[in-house]
Amino acid sequence: MVRIDGRGEGPSLIRARGLGKAYRRGGEEIHVLQGLNLDVDAGDFVAFMGPSGSGKTTLLNLLGGLDLPSAGSITVAGDEITRMSARKLTAWRARHVGFVFQMYNLIPVLTAFQNVELPLLLTRLSGAERRRHVETALGVVGLGDRMHHYPRQLSGGQEQRVGIARAIVADPTFLLCDEPTGDLDRKSADEILDLIDRLVREYGKTVLMVTHDPLAAERARVVLHLEKGVLVDTVTAGRAR
Amino acid sequence: MKYRHLILTNLTRKKTRTALTVGSFAVALFLFGILAVVDGAFQQGVDVAGVDRLVVLNRVSIIQPLPLAYRDRLARIPGVTQVTFANWFGGVYQDERNFFPQFAIDHPTYRQMFPEFVVPDAQWQAFVADREGAVVGEALAERFKWKIGDRVPIRGTIFPGAWEFNIRGIYRGRRVQDDTTQFWFRWDYLDERKTFGKGWVGWYTVRIANPDEAVRLVKVIDEQFANSPAETKTDTEKAFAASFVKQMGNIQLLIMSVGSVVFFTLLLVTGNTMAIAVRERTRELAVLKAVGFSDGFVLTLVIAETLVVAAVGGALGLGLAKLFTLRGDPTGGLLPFFYLSAEATGLGLGLALAVGLLAGILPALSASRLRVVNALRRI
Repeated sequence: MVRIDGRGEGPSLIRARGLGKAYRRGGEEIHVLQGLNLDVDAGDFVAFMGPSGSGKTTLLNLLGGLDLPSAGSITVAGDEITRMSARKLTAWRARHVGFVFQMYNLIPVLTAFQNVELPLLLTRLSGAERRRHVETALGVVGLGDRMHHYPRQLSGGQEQRVGIARAIVADPTFLLCDEPTGDLDRKSADEILDLIDRLVREYGKTVLMVTHDPLAAERARVVLHLEKGVLVDTVTAGRAR
Repeated sequence: MKYRHLILTNLTRKKTRTALTVGSFAVALFLFGILAVVDGAFQQGVDVAGVDRLVVLNRVSIIQPLPLAYRDRLARIPGVTQVTFANWFGGVYQDERNFFPQFAIDHPTYRQMFPEFVVPDAQWQAFVADREGAVVGEALAERFKWKIGDRVPIRGTIFPGAWEFNIRGIYRGRRVQDDTTQFWFRWDYLDERKTFGKGWVGWYTVRIANPDEAVRLVKVIDEQFANSPAETKTDTEKAFAASFVKQMGNIQLLIMSVGSVVFFTLLLVTGNTMAIAVRERTRELAVLKAVGFSDGFVLTLVIAETLVVAAVGGALGLGLAKLFTLRGDPTGGLLPFFYLSAEATGLGLGLALAVGLLAGILPALSASRLRVVNALRRI
C-alpha cells in the first residue's frame, strides 16, 4: 500500500515525513521538495511521474541515500537514514539499495560478469560464492550466455539488463530506477519493463521508478505525480488496476 | 586480491596513454639509473677506502714527488704499522683513448697494504721475480683480452720512452666495488729507467694501528716533515678519495640538479595525466560510490593505479639501466666502477613510487570528494 497523506501507521518499508529539499542559487532559495510524505510497503512497484524540475530525481536521490534532505526524515526498514553519517550511509546504500540508471552506467573496461560482481566486492563472500551470485543474477535477466562480453559488445537493452543484474545481485531491500527505459527503443523498453515487473511479481522486490513514459508507468502498481516538489495524487495503475 | 582487476583493467582503458606514462617513468628512471652509476663511479673510491690507511702527499700538489727516504722515517712513527709507496706512470697503450691507471708500486709492501686486491701466490711470485713484470686487474685484462705471459708495450708520457711489460698476474677484487682496471708494475724498474727524479716517489700509503688515532697521526706525520724541502699533506684514504672527486667539480650537485628537474617534470606530467584520467571517469567513479564503495576506496583505487604505473615504468627504466651497465664502462676507463648498485635500484624504485603517490594524490582526493548527485546529475 502506498500513501502520500502521512497517515500510514503500519510497518511501511519506506517512510518519508515532511521531506523538504532546498538549494540556494545566487541569493535565491529554491525549494525542490516541500513537506512531502510517503509510505511504501515491501513488494510495491511505484512510478513517479511529473514534468521536468518537479523534483522526481531529487526524491529518488534522497530515498537512495545519495543526498540529504533540508527538512524531514526518511526511515527505511526501521533505520532513519537521514541521521546517518556519510560513511554509514555509504555502507547502508551497499546493503539496501539497487540502482538502475537511464544510461546503464556500466564500466566499459569490465565484462558483464565483472560489472555485476561490483557490489559483491563489498561483501565478505568468497570468490566462488560471488561467482554463484553473479551467475544467478545474470541468469535472472537472461544474459547467462553473455557473461564475458564487454558493454560495447552488447545492445542497449542487454546493457540495461546487466545494469539490473548489478542492482539485484546483492539482494538489496529495494530498487531505484531512474528512467530505466529512457534510452531504449520500444521493444527493448518493453523487455526491460517485463523484467522489472517479474522482479516484483516473482521475487517480491520493491521498486521505485522515475519515468516520463506513460506506458512504463502503466506497469507500476501505483503512479505518483509530482508537481513543483509536492506529491499531488496517487493513481492505481496498469496491471494492478 | 579481489580489487586487482579493477586497478589493472582501468590501466588498459587508454593503452596509448598508459604506455606513454609508463614510458615517461621508464625514461626518467633509466636516466636516474645512469646518473646513479656515474655518481657511484666517482664515489666508489671514497666508499671502499680503508679506514686504517693514510695517504701522504707532497703539500704543494699531488703531482709533486716525495723523497724515498721518507719511507723509513714514516715507518718509525709510533702508531704506523706499514708503509708502501707508488708512482703514477701515465703511459699510453696503443691509443690515447685506451686510458687506464698505471702505477709503479713498491712490490715488497704493496700487496700487504691492499689485501682487498687478490693475486694468486704463484702469480705474485712470478711478478716479483720479473723486473719487467706487471699485474693487471681482471676487468682490464678482459678489456684488452690480455692473458698471463703477454708482453704489453706502453709509451711513456711523463717518463718518456717505449716501456714493455710482461703480464705475470691478474688480480681480482674481494668486493664488487673494488677497482680492477689498474695496471701495476715494479717501482724499482721505473726508478732504474727514468731519466729524472730518481729516488723520489709519488705518494706514500701508511697503515695505522688504531683508526681512532688517525687525526692525531695526520698531524704527527705532517709535523715530522714540516720546514723540509718536501713538506707533506696527509689525509685519511677516504678524505683523499673525496678530495680527488671534488677536483672534477661537484658531481653530486650536478647529478642531484639534473635528477630533480627530471623527477619534477615527471611529477607534473603524471599528475596531469592522472587528473585527465579521473575527469574522464567521473561518472564511473560516481557509480562506484553510489553502489556503496567508500570515499577511501575511491582514493585508494586512483592512487593504486598511479603506483602501478610508477612501479612498472620504474622497474622498466632501472632494468634498462642495469642492462646498459652490463656492457661495461662506455668511457674507456674513466669510470672503472660502472655498476648499478642494489641501493641505487631501491632508491630509484622508492623515488618512482613517491612521484607516483604525489602525482596521484590530488586527482585521488578530487575523486574521493566527488558528490555522487553532482557527478551523475541524475541517478
